[in-house]
Amino acid sequence: MSDSIKPSVAVYKFSSCDGCQLSLLNLEDDLLDLAGAVDIAYFLEATRAVKPGPYEVAMVEGSVTTPHEAERIRQIRSEARFLIALGTCATAGGIQALRNFGNADELARMVYPHPEYLEYLDKSTAIAEHVKVDLEIWGCPVNKHLVLECTAALLQKRKPNLPQYTLCMECKLRGTTCVTVAQGMPCLGPAVQAGCGAICPANGRGCYGCFGPVAYANTESLTTTLRALDRYAGETALLLRNISGYAPAFRKAAETLFSAEVTSHKDPQ
Amino acid sequence: MNKTIEVPALARVEGEGGLYIGIKDGQAAEIRLDIYEPPRFFEGFLVGRYLQEVPDITARICGICPVAYQMSSVYALENALGVTVTPPVRALRRLMYCGEYIESHALHIYLLQAPDLLGHESALSLAAVAPEVVKTALRLKKIGNQILIAIGGRSVHPVNVCVGGFYRWPDSEPLKKLLSDLEWGLEAARECVRWAATLPYPELEVDYEFVALNHPHEYGVIEGVIWSSKGRKLPIAEYEKAYIESHVKRSNALHSHAVDGNSYLVGPISRLNLNHEQFLPQARVALKESGLKLPLRNPYKSLIARAVELVHFYAEAIQLVRAYQPEGAAHLELKLKAGEGAGATEAPRGLLYHRYQIDEQGCVLFAKITPPTAQNLPRIEADLYALAPQLVAMPQEAATLTAEHLVRSYDPCISCATHFLKLKIEVK
Repeated sequence: MSDSIKPSVAVYKFSSCDGCQLSLLNLEDDLLDLAGAVDIAYFLEATRAVKPGPYEVAMVEGSVTTPHEAERIRQIRSEARFLIALGTCATAGGIQALRNFGNADELARMVYPHPEYLEYLDKSTAIAEHVKVDLEIWGCPVNKHLVLECTAALLQKRKPNLPQYTLCMECKLRGTTCVTVAQGMPCLGPAVQAGCGAICPANGRGCYGCFGPVAYANTESLTTTLRALDRYAGETALLLRNISGYAPAFRKAAETLFSAEVTSHKDPQ
Repeated sequence: MNKTIEVPALARVEGEGGLYIGIKDGQAAEIRLDIYEPPRFFEGFLVGRYLQEVPDITARICGICPVAYQMSSVYALENALGVTVTPPVRALRRLMYCGEYIESHALHIYLLQAPDLLGHESALSLAAVAPEVVKTALRLKKIGNQILIAIGGRSVHPVNVCVGGFYRWPDSEPLKKLLSDLEWGLEAARECVRWAATLPYPELEVDYEFVALNHPHEYGVIEGVIWSSKGRKLPIAEYEKAYIESHVKRSNALHSHAVDGNSYLVGPISRLNLNHEQFLPQARVALKESGLKLPLRNPYKSLIARAVELVHFYAEAIQLVRAYQPEGAAHLELKLKAGEGAGATEAPRGLLYHRYQIDEQGCVLFAKITPPTAQNLPRIEADLYALAPQLVAMPQEAATLTAEHLVRSYDPCISCATHFLKLKIEVK
């Protein structure tokens, strides 16, 4: 295929750790084939070469946390036919959305002696709160094989095959004994989207929700069960208010727990 | 002679930054490394979290070196609790760090810095003319990631590290299966050193103060003392007495300085210069073959230092994988108490310091994190001043590339650095 008919792809970074872009570079076995199948038009982490838009596909890592980013995402949207939000920062605000539960100005004062030099928004928000997003790939970090699947699906003009079930299914598939049932550990698995391969239960710990809630998450039932298992003050509430804490299902469930526990546990920022 | 070099968005670095150099009458009049990576307030939202959540949260500071963040956190918190992990846990931590050094160094050597030396925009364009080099690079990098996957479930933000050790011992089989790849990697890394020694580096000699962890029995990565080439040797807990942050108005950034006002260098060049005697034999041979004269003072040649470290960490990974046998509990049972503790480890790009205060329930009351790039920023700017007279004589494109290349050679992690940088974001 010549460059002229290969779909152009642009990869952008917003507020994030770089880990999802790195997951693309970690496609070691497929990276050169992928780079041959698409025209990498903008990907600063990998190349100085920048081709002008518009682009067929924009992949956006990170959340929107500054006025500049809020403007920039609209510009990127206007230049992209298909926009993919890559990773839990882009789909739910990410770990930096922990600021959303407190006061961003107070946090800025805690960390920076001159907060007046900073420009930031009160909240860290998902890309879809700012522009239309065509596809969300959750994960902190994303599963690189799912990113490859979505890219292949776009090239083949078909629907990507993303898991629609919970983490529990992945535990069953790999034969991991349930850490909640057998060991009494709080685990968000029954409410979390599959995709990581259920690596936390496989390593003897509960899921902390990097891949975000499933669409049909029954958090009320889950938190009733898990709260009774808390090994430290507010464990279940803190599990929910973590990497995917600003996803609506987890946000609501944690709020309910924190308001119930307000006397026994200090609410984190 | 006057010249302006402006790179609005630096490529092939982790995170978002720009570069401005204004040269007037042959001298640098203004140099700015603009950091527009947004602040994410990690030290703020660690407050109120339970101590076992800390390594999961600090990992998210950096997708390239999450293990470094996890390791500095757990050592600091273990010091706060006054506990020491068992020797098998310590050995597995070293092996995990080997994985991170391998993936991070292979990425930086081949995908981030080498294109500058070979006249390419990226490793992808390099692959079109030298596919074998890029395939070797990707395989070298992949093996590091496979170590991390075998121990921690995934390479970016692994999930098995906890305060006191690991949640569970990784299975032996997937690790032992890596041995043949590791043997291949050791040979490929030696070849990488030979190749690295032949590349055309720009000339620049800088009189640095080198700072790195030093350990009497091993190549310093976890634990030890903080050693400076000025002779200062300090326990980790006293880091903040000797290395302080001050506000530099010019760059609107907090920069780290030694107490005597010197800016100092952390990272592979410092480690190699200070600790080369603790290299494993294979790396000592590779260092000799590279023809490097120590102390190494050319920042561009940090690529060779990384390549020699790549040999060391492949050799160490082979030793540790061969010796690996789960023994005893994978983690300590922690008795919580109120306390304060500091921890420092060598991230691939330099010293990473953490300090925490916790209450008697294990809840974080205070967190301080000083990443390597924050410590190197004043050095990068000082090097750019030193480079300015050379830049004047170059055509614009070559001067821009040479300046960019200098910044890239530091392997700066801007995503990491912004948790502490006091920056002014200029919206252009």
